[in-house]
Amino acid sequence: MKRLYLRRRLINRAITVASIGAAGFGILFLLLVLWKLVAEGLGGLDLDLLTKMTPPPGSDGGLLNPILGSAVITALATLVGAPLGLLAGIYMAEYGRYARITVVVRFINDVLLSAPSIVIGLFVYEIMVVPMGHFSAWAGVAALAIIVIPVVLRTTEDMLSLVPGGLREAAAALGAPRWIIIGKVAIRAALSGLVTGVLLAVARISGETAPLLFTALNNQFWSTDLNAPIASLPVTIFQFAMSPYEEWQRLAWSGALLITLAVLCLNAFARLLAARQRSK
Amino acid sequence: MMFDTMDNPAPAAPTPTMPDIAKPAEKISVRHLRFYYGANQALRGIDMPFYDRHVTAIIGPSGCGKSTLLRVLNRMYDLYPDQRAEGEVLMDGGNILDPAVDLNVLRSKVGMVFQKPTPFPMSIYDNIAFGIRLYSRPSRSELDDQVEDVLQRAALWDEVKDKLAESGLGLSGGQQQRLCIARTIAVNPEVILLDEPCSALDPISTSKIEELIEELKASYTIAIVTHNMQQAARVSDYTAFMYLGELVEFGDTERIFTSPEHDRTQGYITGRYG
Repeated sequence: MKRLYLRRRLINRAITVASIGAAGFGILFLLLVLWKLVAEGLGGLDLDLLTKMTPPPGSDGGLLNPILGSAVITALATLVGAPLGLLAGIYMAEYGRYARITVVVRFINDVLLSAPSIVIGLFVYEIMVVPMGHFSAWAGVAALAIIVIPVVLRTTEDMLSLVPGGLREAAAALGAPRWIIIGKVAIRAALSGLVTGVLLAVARISGETAPLLFTALNNQFWSTDLNAPIASLPVTIFQFAMSPYEEWQRLAWSGALLITLAVLCLNAFARLLAARQRSK
Repeated sequence: MMFDTMDNPAPAAPTPTMPDIAKPAEKISVRHLRFYYGANQALRGIDMPFYDRHVTAIIGPSGCGKSTLLRVLNRMYDLYPDQRAEGEVLMDGGNILDPAVDLNVLRSKVGMVFQKPTPFPMSIYDNIAFGIRLYSRPSRSELDDQVEDVLQRAALWDEVKDKLAESGLGLSGGQQQRLCIARTIAVNPEVILLDEPCSALDPISTSKIEELIEELKASYTIAIVTHNMQQAARVSDYTAFMYLGELVEFGDTERIFTSPEHDRTQGYITGRYG
């Protein structure tokens, strides 16, 4: 008997150590990445970074145009993709909950969710850049919007599915029509979860590089013309980091730190909202 | 009006014999009702009345179909595919199973309170106003008056009058359930269905709800599903005992509990099975 308990204790100890070790191993590399990023990028994190344009090689400058470009295409892509994802998710969780097409769409959406983003970039290149004859911010917006849709759709459907059916029945029992049940009760109950989904999508696309390489390309200059190539942080980081010029490399580090901080904040905010949702 | 055959009262349902007292009008008459969950038959031909402004309790062991029967009366099952009812359910003479019946109108007349309290994720005030706003556009002060009136009638006003703007989710289970009853009577139904309304509540909250039922039956026809036999005996005028999707016995509550005609009823109310 005693030996049995001893054995169990030993197994328990061994598995605990292994789990902690594995978790620590993962976290260690995350911390190393963050540490390197802060060490290399923090020095360049000054006002110039936020107010000056990308410089030609060999001179000083900032990242104003890529920051602006990223903000514009991220915002527009969210504006296009999020409503589509939300509406489709609402259809799948509410109106079409028992429809066969919901199963099909959910499967396709899962495929899209894990599709390599460079494939999406190439797809938009074929259907927009080639016919238009040039790279453009619009093409970048389209590529990012395609990434937003499955993320938002998935969270919307999941969050609405978590709303207890009893709540919908209670609203139906008062004689409320379907759109009021969904709009005033179900969506309201899931609201912070839906916002979380959109925020996670924004965090996801603000770091995407591959889909922009073939679509928005890059721009050394200040541009607000959505019909022309536009700069973005990830692509600029990619370009500057690959360059032999030291100033560009420093800017790439600072840009990487900036984007990481932004995504970190977005994720933390999304987590906070999700936690509030669960505690309700 | 949806049911305009008021002056053509339905003949009495072929229910088991009842003592010779003056029977109240039948608000709802269930006629040979069969119900299916997909291929699974849950109700096997139910015939029973629900008398106007009286409380009818439906008792029986789990899975006997009592909640299913309740959910037919406001066609709640219509929310789900694969669920269907056959037979007739006459309310004021009109068949509510008729596909042409407007479900929103029907449900405004037949309110329902569920086993688990289901306050909406909004303020106490808005929980009540939600239903009122579905059917009228009152001014702010009219709405204030109606909300107060309804909360008074649900015996909840004194407990919540100082926190109307707070979330309904912050109330205790018993208060939430009374809020749900208040929300139901706010839309002025004619029938109230209570699906085990006290099973999640403590004894004090339960007795408050039972008092409330006692008061409400002056104005509403009430059907209550309950697992608690004492509760059925306390609050109801008529009791139906169901078993495996069939109505075994229906009658005066007093008679059902003192001299049931069927062995099964006798066995259930004395706790031999169920």
